[in-house]
Amino acid sequence: MLRLRHLAIGLLPLLLVACGASSTPAPAPASAPTPAPTAPAKPKLVAITQLVQHPSLDLVRQGVLDGLKAAGFEDGKNIKVDYQNAQGDMAMTKTVADKFVAETPDIIITLTTPSAQAVAKAVQNTRIPMIFSAVSDPVGAQLLGSVDQASGTNITGVYNFDPTRAQLDLFAQIMPDLKTLGVIYNPGESNSVSTVKRMKDDIAKRSGWKLVEAPANSSAEVQTAAQSLIGRVQAIYMPQDNTVVSAFDALLKVAQTGKTPLFVSDAQSVGRGAIATVGSDEYKGGVQAGAMAARVLKGEDPGKVKPEVTETRHIFINSKAADAFGIKLPDDVKKVGEEQGK
Amino acid sequence: MLSVLSNSLEQGLLGSFMAMGVLLSFRMLGFPDLTVEGSYPLAGAIVARLLVGGANPVLATLCGALGGVLAGVTVGLLHTKLKVNEILAGILVTAAIYTLMLRVMGRPNTPLLAQRTLFDQVLGWFGLKATVWPIAAMAAVLTLLAYLGMNWFLHTDIGLTVRATGNNEKMIRALGVDTDTTKIITLAIANGFVALSGALVAQDQGFADVGMGVGSLVAAVASIIIGEAIFGSEPVSRHLAVLVAGSLIYRVLLNVALRLGMPASDFKAVSAVLVLLLLSAPLWKARRRRRAAS
Repeated sequence: MLRLRHLAIGLLPLLLVACGASSTPAPAPASAPTPAPTAPAKPKLVAITQLVQHPSLDLVRQGVLDGLKAAGFEDGKNIKVDYQNAQGDMAMTKTVADKFVAETPDIIITLTTPSAQAVAKAVQNTRIPMIFSAVSDPVGAQLLGSVDQASGTNITGVYNFDPTRAQLDLFAQIMPDLKTLGVIYNPGESNSVSTVKRMKDDIAKRSGWKLVEAPANSSAEVQTAAQSLIGRVQAIYMPQDNTVVSAFDALLKVAQTGKTPLFVSDAQSVGRGAIATVGSDEYKGGVQAGAMAARVLKGEDPGKVKPEVTETRHIFINSKAADAFGIKLPDDVKKVGEEQGK
Repeated sequence: MLSVLSNSLEQGLLGSFMAMGVLLSFRMLGFPDLTVEGSYPLAGAIVARLLVGGANPVLATLCGALGGVLAGVTVGLLHTKLKVNEILAGILVTAAIYTLMLRVMGRPNTPLLAQRTLFDQVLGWFGLKATVWPIAAMAAVLTLLAYLGMNWFLHTDIGLTVRATGNNEKMIRALGVDTDTTKIITLAIANGFVALSGALVAQDQGFADVGMGVGSLVAAVASIIIGEAIFGSEPVSRHLAVLVAGSLIYRVLLNVALRLGMPASDFKAVSAVLVLLLLSAPLWKARRRRRAAS
């Protein structure tokens, strides 16, 4: 039976909405314009949102903070950093984004695509600048219209690019008889999907080569997926994948026990035990984003700041890891490679 | 503080549809349906694909809900006809839905920042833009309609049969009711509500992602439990109403936890502690009453 009391409980939300809507002025589309460069002593609020915690992503964030510091903005001195992590929960990315917008920070820096999308939606009708990082395809994610020019909106940032062709060249240089490559990734991550697609296209252009895919939908599945590649491939490749990188040690153990060389896509994982890669140093990518954020904090219009790609010309190697896998790194690779092994 | 309210209303109300669906399957039918973690993002995927293809938002949302209905029917059939265990059936369908989502969207993530959503369309009829308070108002109206619909259903003959099946299946079968059909209908409706939630949330948050389901079931169950613990669960109309309050309170707690200034890694523990404190409040009340009475 429908009692009036219960209907009242159901109508409570409407009442709250009415109160809220009447006590605020019509939603203000613009926050105060970003303060002039010679702002008074009040520290600027730098909000950072990250989807999930794992070493590579945390390294990007460290890079962001260091990039800001190098440009003169230090947490506790002239900026206040509010860092929130959604712990993998996508609904929380929106809660965090809404909280940030309500606090009208001087800038919001995002790490990963879903965090960036949640903030992009939240800052849509405001003038709060947003700098994205740890994103692979900003155009596909509808953060930017194009990566070749400044956006004209309040959004810009630094995106990753896995140079799959250069990576394959390097792997072939290190293992001359490499023809069958396994790739382990989470098909639920946009970054990995686009990298694997490009890798597939590049491999198709090499005669006799084959790419074997092993999907891992959660970090718990990484070990099984890695195991499925042993004996079927000559080497394993890990793109910049949040899920697989969280279980990197499991992957490394399987590769070592199965005597299958492990190549990756980022510098930090090379340091943790993979053999080599050509790619982005995620820390430096973070520093780039931090430097870009500093420019906006100093007064530049984010709409006029061209989005940047993380520099990817570095070759990273780990000689100790190569030895562990029984691989001898060619001399010319050793000469140009940046040693990550400890 | 107003932002705490607006965000809690926005996400809490849209999430309450899912809680209603979960209430129907878990509490009313007594069926631990894990499909909901699949139908929720599936609807988001369907809506996203259709909106990107230029479809009408109302149609897209309804198709999203329909996806949930079909998922519910599938689980129902797996359980009743193939005698698959309830939990396993839900897990299997959710796994299949994951692949289906990737096929539907063609990619793991579809942004909806540039698309005209249901909120844009409906609020546009009233000359409003889809900003926080209008969205919250629209969510409140939709929640009210959902509440009235679910409440009506639970008092119809079929609805009573559903509740009886959850209460004592052997008894209602002895009275000649085809519990197989009852279960299928219930799971269809429950997952339809859950899917509606997913369809609306995807449009509200600006993207659909295969990972959207993570944490959604926890939020739905937490909403139900909080509502029951604080406001009681009898009769059925109250049970439904209080989960809306529970959903709002849950999101308020999350917002409060965010603003406490704790390190980001502590967030999950902090929110768990807050929920625990809240749930123990009725116990303290009862204890005080007992002490006063003795």
